[in-house]
Amino acid sequence: MKGLKIIVLAKQVPDTRNVGKDAMKADGTVNRAALPAIFNPEDLNALEQALQLKDRYPGTIVSLLTMGPGRAAEIIREGLYRGADDGVLLTDRAFAGSDTLATSYALAQAIKEMGEVDLIIAGRQAIDGDTAQVGPQVAEKLGFPQVTYVEKIMDADSKHVTALRRLENGVETVKAPLPLVLTVNSSAAPCRTRNATLLMKYKHARTVTERQEASEDYLFLYDSRPFLNIREMTVNDIKAEQEQLGLSGSPTKVKKIENVVLQAKDAKVLKPVDKDIDLLMKELILSHTIG
Amino acid sequence: MNNVFVYCEVEDGVVAEVSQELLTKGRSLANQLKCKLEAVVIGKGLDGVENQIFPYGADVVHIADDLRLEPFTTSPHATILIKLFDKEKPQIALMGATPIGRDLGPRVSSALYSGLTADCTSLEIGPHEDKKAGKTYENLLYQIRPAFGGNIIATIINPDCRPQMATVREGVMKKEVLNPEYKGKVKKLDVAQYVSDEDFIVSVIERHMEEKKVNIKGAPIIVAGGYGVGSKENFKMLYELAEVLGGEVGASRAAVDSGYAEHERQIGQTGVTVRPKLYIACGISGQVQHRAGMEESAQIISINTDPDAPINSIADYVIHGDVGEVIPKMIRFYKSNTK
Repeated sequence: MKGLKIIVLAKQVPDTRNVGKDAMKADGTVNRAALPAIFNPEDLNALEQALQLKDRYPGTIVSLLTMGPGRAAEIIREGLYRGADDGVLLTDRAFAGSDTLATSYALAQAIKEMGEVDLIIAGRQAIDGDTAQVGPQVAEKLGFPQVTYVEKIMDADSKHVTALRRLENGVETVKAPLPLVLTVNSSAAPCRTRNATLLMKYKHARTVTERQEASEDYLFLYDSRPFLNIREMTVNDIKAEQEQLGLSGSPTKVKKIENVVLQAKDAKVLKPVDKDIDLLMKELILSHTIG
Repeated sequence: MNNVFVYCEVEDGVVAEVSQELLTKGRSLANQLKCKLEAVVIGKGLDGVENQIFPYGADVVHIADDLRLEPFTTSPHATILIKLFDKEKPQIALMGATPIGRDLGPRVSSALYSGLTADCTSLEIGPHEDKKAGKTYENLLYQIRPAFGGNIIATIINPDCRPQMATVREGVMKKEVLNPEYKGKVKKLDVAQYVSDEDFIVSVIERHMEEKKVNIKGAPIIVAGGYGVGSKENFKMLYELAEVLGGEVGASRAAVDSGYAEHERQIGQTGVTVRPKLYIACGISGQVQHRAGMEESAQIISINTDPDAPINSIADYVIHGDVGEVIPKMIRFYKSNTK
């Protein structure tokens, strides 16, 4: 079988799993600077599934696609270090304020510019929104079938993929035709770590915008080593209807954001000593809460 | 036209719990909007399924009954909903935030170019004023959910696109029979008019579904552990306490992500919502997503070494101490006081 052309959708997200006390500023707003930007965890699971197909079917090309600000190029490098072949950063102010539908539209239009594709693999959901909408919406925009909640790609040929889905109360094996969109769960195999050789190879990989800020000592590299050029796409590189992008292309609007302010109840504060715990259990038994 | 629609999940002829909860919510939204509540059921062997749905106050039940429609695959269900919504123009469409609803919802919303909000914890009706555009709106669906690591609660609206779509997790809304005798209309859909062979390109080869092993939703007492419990090994104490008290063990997302407990025990916005008599939070800091799944518990005990843990502010009892020290004492004194 000839190799597959795979696009992995990845997102750079604030690490909301490790929200510390400094995540909120004194004025009650979110302190984005305190949250490290990471490769969305389930997108790493998705990348691993793509890389396993590449291991199995020589000639497979794995490309990353991410939409975000300039610094999202970091996760393309991260993907290259782990075995992806190339990557595209889709970045433009025109995308600002996109909801999942406007995001999916922009991604789908970018995918159309990336040539023939057999398989698009994404994480099931991103930890900053947990919506799980972009995968299915990209599929719909492209007119591809979708298989969500994938734990393992069992088998692939040039026409079909067979995948194991992990659902809340069981598993399911499905067979679907290519081209296809898959979304992958965190229960799938974890992503392989960085490869030292690839790290050396790609550590100077930059987008055209990043190169403008890069040290002049390395600029000579980009002509002789084309793989160091991370492709940057802006709104001008995709065929898109302006009104379907960004805020205007987003049917959902944020009406209100409330900071979570806790009204403290009058809690009884106890010490972890015998006397206090004894009294607590007596009180709960007396009130028929337990026992 | 312009009614409230609920997509009812069905397996082996039984309407899912989450769909019954959404029918209840849908009825109350329809009352506020002075419109009808309509349900859609897509599956096989659905004779009489409407009788499970009418008691929640559904005025119309649309039924697409065909051997090929169960088990669920995306395309035929999506195609039916897209065509039906295109015809019926619902103002609101609700579905469960289950693997089915979260697969189907985005596909349908993309095709209809309508907004969708995932995992809502509350749904309300209210007005909106867009000052910039100089427009005012009445009776929009407020789709309320925590966002951004739970530090904020967002109210999302879809001012201009219909249907306004939302998914809601099982247990978030309360189910309540409106009237066991309530009767509406059945509309059988001519499936051949809706789907074609091309919709059946994804095939389910094998399926193993299990009954839920744990039922934390129905447990009167829940002993829940967070990242602060420290290890899977330490979680054993929680099981001991739960057994002694006749309860179940739950977990925060952080504990599940760290492998201390199974996913089906996860409580919170992206897990199960519970309302037990007693909730014992062990080493749980209490981000808003977690609180969203347990704050209606009748009594809350928080055991935490951090006196400023957010969960303490909704607790009735705060035990400032180490879980490993407190739980054995709770077991000991429960036993000594109930002898």
